[in-house]
Amino acid sequence: MLDFVQQLVSGVALGCVYGLIALGFVLVYKATEVVNFAQGDLMMLGGFFAFTFIGMMGLNYWIGFAGAVATMALFGMLAERVVVRPILGYPQFSIIMATIGLGYFLRSVAGMIWGTDDLKIETPFSQGVLRMGSLVLAYDKLSVIAATMILCALLWLFFNKTMLGTAMRASSENMLAAYYMGIPVKRVVSVVWAISAAVATCAGVLLAPITFIHSNVGLVLGLKAFPAAVLGGFGSIPGAVVGGVLIGVIESMAGFYLPEGWKDVAPYVVLLTVLLLKPEGLFGLHVRKKV
Amino acid sequence: MRFLFKTDYEDDIKLFPHSGYIISYGLLLALLLIAPYVLSSYLMSQLVFVCIYATVGVALLILTGFTGQASLGHAAFLAIGAYTAAYLQKYNVPFPVYFLAAGASTGIIGAMVGFPALRLTGIYLVIATISFALIVEEILARWESVTNGNEGMRVKTLSLLGVTVPRDSPTFYYLCLAVLVLTIVGTLNLLRSPTGRAFVAIRDSETAARSMGVNVALYKVKSFAISATITGFAGVLFAHKLSFISPEMFTLQLSIEFIIVILIGGTFSLHGAVLGAIFIVMIDPFLTYLKDDMPGIIAGIAATFGASPATAGNIQSNAAAFASLNGLKGAIYGIIIVLFVLFEPLGLYGRWLKIKLFFQLFPLYKRATFKRQKIYVKSERNR
Repeated sequence: MLDFVQQLVSGVALGCVYGLIALGFVLVYKATEVVNFAQGDLMMLGGFFAFTFIGMMGLNYWIGFAGAVATMALFGMLAERVVVRPILGYPQFSIIMATIGLGYFLRSVAGMIWGTDDLKIETPFSQGVLRMGSLVLAYDKLSVIAATMILCALLWLFFNKTMLGTAMRASSENMLAAYYMGIPVKRVVSVVWAISAAVATCAGVLLAPITFIHSNVGLVLGLKAFPAAVLGGFGSIPGAVVGGVLIGVIESMAGFYLPEGWKDVAPYVVLLTVLLLKPEGLFGLHVRKKV
Repeated sequence: MRFLFKTDYEDDIKLFPHSGYIISYGLLLALLLIAPYVLSSYLMSQLVFVCIYATVGVALLILTGFTGQASLGHAAFLAIGAYTAAYLQKYNVPFPVYFLAAGASTGIIGAMVGFPALRLTGIYLVIATISFALIVEEILARWESVTNGNEGMRVKTLSLLGVTVPRDSPTFYYLCLAVLVLTIVGTLNLLRSPTGRAFVAIRDSETAARSMGVNVALYKVKSFAISATITGFAGVLFAHKLSFISPEMFTLQLSIEFIIVILIGGTFSLHGAVLGAIFIVMIDPFLTYLKDDMPGIIAGIAATFGASPATAGNIQSNAAAFASLNGLKGAIYGIIIVLFVLFEPLGLYGRWLKIKLFFQLFPLYKRATFKRQKIYVKSERNR
């Protein structure tokens, strides 16, 4: 029983990271119907920036964290402007390829700048543990869960209660109509990318104490975030997080109870099953298509 | 400029629209046939890889280019073909038999992937094929009784009708070339048949195809199966060329490379697969060449512009240090992909067509001829 709870908590913590990456996919997908295969690499880059600010320049953890988020938000806007905006409106396949190319580029450049070693960020909560009876929970895992909940609440408020959030939802529904209604669609998309990169950075920094930061971390975790996004229905913000948590728990349970090898495959088996039985995911919307 | 008058459907679907085609492709084939006697052994080896990659490229074009079903899982099909060959070879099965068996087994698995893919479009299909490839990779690493796990399998030298064909012999090259040419001719015939027309109809609009009476599910599965079969054949040749296979050769990276082949070549014509294969296979030696020679050239240029020998030497060593940085190749790959998507969406073959048209229409060429339509409204995207 104790093992089970232990596995559950670490699965949820890992799942929150998947959920945060998936959240980045979903934000961009909702606003522009672009699937950003470089999302995991944005996370990796955010982690490296945080390492630079905290580990190398010796800034306070929170200031370094904020600095990394701000830098990556700007970087997200830049990536959108340079790579995505010129091909917006073209078939999805070209856009997917462009973001795969972007991911390649970011991974290699990060490897060149920061080397290929595993890097670690010292956090205020990387040491302690919470003891509840005989249950031992590490603070770094709890911090991921807490931060994810806060971020989700903030994003929900932003999308449902602010002008900009409403504008984003409108332009995701119909870009042209939103443009006619006076919404500056280009700027909105740019802001969406900034938010998405910022969310990815949060994931990267929170992840740093659990699995170290290295230049391939984005690829590995980014691929795991796809099952999360699909499970949640690709267009739904709560869906992404729930999907992420489910995938994280499934992975960690498979690693504990099933024979070796299942851990890495289980998320994809779940993904294929979901796609077979319920392609629109758990929270997906049914969309009618016009010919 | 030549005008082709088409008076009936037979004219429209001719394999060779006019005699110029026969002459130019005959010439190309002749050049390829004498290549082993002219080129160095290194270039021959690269040429064999071009043939194999182009075969996979053609397979991917049938699925992605002509049926509109994106796949990032073709490395898995290649792996299944290669492993089937290597496994059957252990029991002394002759080459023609395991060649066909590899194609058949890959085709069956391809059809099995096709069934769940029926309900999926666009991004979901891409993710599903990625998952399929990752699962296959894991199975190859774990099913040790058949695949020998991570230690990999040795592939014996090919023997065809009692004659051994070493992997760097001209005969092996001819075999790969024959497979490629047969694949291309077969695909051309497929594409002008009702099946091929149905594929294209599904690509252009699934709903419209269905309302014209095309059985979309059947043709999608067919497309998957045909594409996988051809990739399986290529897998056998790939295994023989490398003479050793292990799971880490068939990663997502390889699937992405195959997609890059058709993306860079052009996704609307079979020429694209060949041009893309040449590009992707030749970029490695080219980058190595740049890495070895570029620093010297840069220093030479700096010296001619009046830099002192010390500065030039400095520049040379800096450039050399930059060129030998780890991961530079990946960065260049990434930039190439992005640049092609942004500025040359029709690929190398598209560029060739543009240049050809420019000279055919000389002062009257318009850029807008090749402009693609942008769609901004979600409901109007029918895929």
